[in-house]
Amino acid sequence: MNALRQTSPWAVAGKYLALALYVAFALFPLYWLAKIAVTPDKLIFSEGTALVPSRFTFENFQTVLLQTDFVAYFRNSLIVSLGTAAITTMIAAAAGYAFSRFDFRGKRLIIALMLITQMFPLLMIIAPIYKIVATLGLLNSLTSLIIVYTAFNIPFATFLMQSFFDGIPKDLEEAGMIDGCTRFEALRKIVLPLTLPGLGATLGFIFTAAWSELLFALMLINSNDAMTFPVGLLTFVSKFSVDWGQMMAAGVLALVPSCLFFIFIQRYLVQGLTTGAVKG
Amino acid sequence: MTAQADNAPGDNRARGSFYLRYMVEPYLYLSPAVIVIALVMLVPLVIGISYAFQAVNLLRPFQTGWVGFENFQALWSDRKFWLALTNTFWWTLGSITFQFFLGLGLALLLNTRFHGKRLVQALVFLPWAVPTFLSALTWAWLFNPTIGPLPHWLAALGILSEPFNILGDPNLAMWGPITANVWFGIPFFAITLLAALQSIPGELYEAAEIDGASAWQMFTKITLPFLAPMIAITVMLRTIWIANFADLIFVMTGGGPANSTQILSTYIFTTAFRKLDFGYASAIAVALLGLLLIYAAVLLVLRRKLVKI
Amino acid sequence: MARIELNNIAKSYGSVEVLRDVNLTIEDGEFIVLVGPSGCGKSTLLRMIAGLEPITGGEFQVDGRRMNEVPPRDRDMAMVFQSYALYPHMDVARNMGFSLEIRKAQKEERSRKIADAARTLGLSSLTERLPRALSGGQRQRVAMGRAIVRDPSAFLFDEPLSNLDAALRVEMRLEIARLHQRLNATMIYVTHDQVEALTLADRIVVLNAGDIQQVGTPLDLYERPSNKFVAQFIGSPTMNILGIDQAENGVKLKDGTLLKVGSEQERRRAHELGVRPEHLDVVAEDAAHMKGVAELVEHLGSDTNIHANVPGVGPVLVRQHGHYPLRAGEAVNIAVDLEKSHLFGVEGQRL
Repeated sequence: MNALRQTSPWAVAGKYLALALYVAFALFPLYWLAKIAVTPDKLIFSEGTALVPSRFTFENFQTVLLQTDFVAYFRNSLIVSLGTAAITTMIAAAAGYAFSRFDFRGKRLIIALMLITQMFPLLMIIAPIYKIVATLGLLNSLTSLIIVYTAFNIPFATFLMQSFFDGIPKDLEEAGMIDGCTRFEALRKIVLPLTLPGLGATLGFIFTAAWSELLFALMLINSNDAMTFPVGLLTFVSKFSVDWGQMMAAGVLALVPSCLFFIFIQRYLVQGLTTGAVKG
Repeated sequence: MTAQADNAPGDNRARGSFYLRYMVEPYLYLSPAVIVIALVMLVPLVIGISYAFQAVNLLRPFQTGWVGFENFQALWSDRKFWLALTNTFWWTLGSITFQFFLGLGLALLLNTRFHGKRLVQALVFLPWAVPTFLSALTWAWLFNPTIGPLPHWLAALGILSEPFNILGDPNLAMWGPITANVWFGIPFFAITLLAALQSIPGELYEAAEIDGASAWQMFTKITLPFLAPMIAITVMLRTIWIANFADLIFVMTGGGPANSTQILSTYIFTTAFRKLDFGYASAIAVALLGLLLIYAAVLLVLRRKLVKI
Repeated sequence: MARIELNNIAKSYGSVEVLRDVNLTIEDGEFIVLVGPSGCGKSTLLRMIAGLEPITGGEFQVDGRRMNEVPPRDRDMAMVFQSYALYPHMDVARNMGFSLEIRKAQKEERSRKIADAARTLGLSSLTERLPRALSGGQRQRVAMGRAIVRDPSAFLFDEPLSNLDAALRVEMRLEIARLHQRLNATMIYVTHDQVEALTLADRIVVLNAGDIQQVGTPLDLYERPSNKFVAQFIGSPTMNILGIDQAENGVKLKDGTLLKVGSEQERRRAHELGVRPEHLDVVAEDAAHMKGVAELVEHLGSDTNIHANVPGVGPVLVRQHGHYPLRAGEAVNIAVDLEKSHLFGVEGQRL
């Protein structure tokens, strides 16, 4: 904060110690997950609390990928998450654009409705949704999951997109319209290219949210073919709760897509969340 | 575009497709979002509330119909409901307290200068990106003495008499999900508070320093007042969110042992998911919603009163 | 080239009226400046002409054709924004050529026009840069280049110079004046700066609170302001407004001094006297209309501004040409140029 104030070496040491503790707390569980995943079965119990295993193996990953249904779960989750992220982002970009650029009757009402959906317990609608989906014969289908997740994520994504659009001066589109664009052309040729980082961040948020959702997937999916990763992993855990190495290997695999997206959106977190931080 | 001769000068009603489009356009952009939200969230919400006054049990498909307040009467005399309510309170309070103070500490640290800041920031925010079911499983494993180190360390520190799984002990089990929740939730508070911290103009601190303020005085006189609105809103939203948050507990303990970690939201889920008793589940959900609305209202009134002074 | 007509134009947001009954004809090739304090509706009027704001009343015509409902892209007008509104993701050349790109102009024609405009504005070496790599003045030029390239029927400027520093502002002002001479196109220019208005305009439109106060050449406005608002808005430093009482063959200042101004008819309705600082003179005691004390003297080199206080009359600002050796606290005797003073009625109208 300031160059002139003398900071005591103790304070500096304390600061770094505190940071180290935070980093350790954040990383330790993930480290442990990875550690067990690469520990050979025989050593899991004998080296229970050792921080580093004496030998490594990738056998667990092999087994998970080749001999279980996890590849199918992975694929299902990928379809659901990508589908949700793409559809939600498109719908939310349109809605966010409307909120950002137009004044119209009913604007406050629609914003209020969207806020309400962020306040009530989602579990409240789990029973009706189950009944509706069952009536439509869409149980065990990935489509139903995509539709449900899309609806859940639209409000947050809309507020996020709105804050990105708000960051782009209105003048630019108006200049475009004077230069000969229709409003839609101005949106496509001027605003969208400038919103790409925002679109990317929104995609990432929604992807991770859809990737982690468990309870609705558990309720709406019970056939092995259509299981998403969380449901598959949980079923696996309750069935074969002794294959520690394999479960953790599967866990590590589940972590990969989220972490990739996280690295991508990390930069926008503090900027983008300032206005959009409603639900995390 | 045709020139409209009948449109007398000074006519206040501008016509033509240009203006029509201008009026209709925002609704076009909004309609997909509104339709999806209405169909998938608002309609089921209304149905869900109506379920609370019906008997809807998929295991007993022939005993359906309106039952008035019967579900709520059953709720009133349901010992499990009151237990879950108490547990919800402790779960929410424990989680939010630790999340908030640790998150604030982290935000303050990250708002200073140090080497390797970008890397540290990315690492400490990482838990937030971990899917919740995976956080739950990971922590459940960490608390398992056959595979995780935590029971052994706790025993070595003398906190536990011997390395056992606290998730199996009704008196201690709640600490398991709370720990996982704190781990998962610190980044959220840190991110939002850090964003708020960065929006405080630096000149304020310089002015305070010229006025001779100490570091502690600057924190209490400048930082806290500036953060207060953000703190109020995030704490409120997070409290509601955590009270509704069933995933961690459902995966880690399933509400057990002996319902010692059963909170209202897991109770809703298990009632719907395992017993397929949608009427009763909805009644619990309505009760939870009512409690949260009261909480939010009280907090908003309090805030208005405090701000006025 | 275009002749623009505004007939009874009005604008309201819901029940809030921001412009009332605006009537104005802009001749082909004319340079019109809309000027007024912030919030007077001048930018709104320009944006209505551009098609960015719906017109809620009246008729807007270009060359006799009604344009109210024509979308901005079909109005053939170019606009320079206060913020420049350069497209951040396009380089200078593409920024300037974007309108041609949208209209699917031939590539050769496009690059020729861009090169021409860039040369005129001294941007030739910068065409491959992105806007963020340009200085404020260069951005301003690109924004103008974008308008020139199109060869539009009218140019609209929305406070184009207000983001520049003082020296650059003078330079760009000259550039715009030269541009108008060379292109001889219809230009409508919005500003709150009266110096820009006086130097650039063929005719100035003074707006206040949604009403046109006066339309006229710069000299008209300076010499024959139609009311107190225009009189005070145009001219720097601001005109002195002094309270008066009616008298037999003149008007009386509040300290009783008799000034022989105006006809009898004018005097009967006179309420205030307006006289510009440059039309007051420091004179010998026996020739003075007012005797006061200098409270503050500003030496500007070319001029000297004397802020005097006249007992009974109040504060009076006198402007003397060149350096006038006077110090604060000294007595000052002031004469009024009766020919060049104005009488205002109770409602502020000039008599």
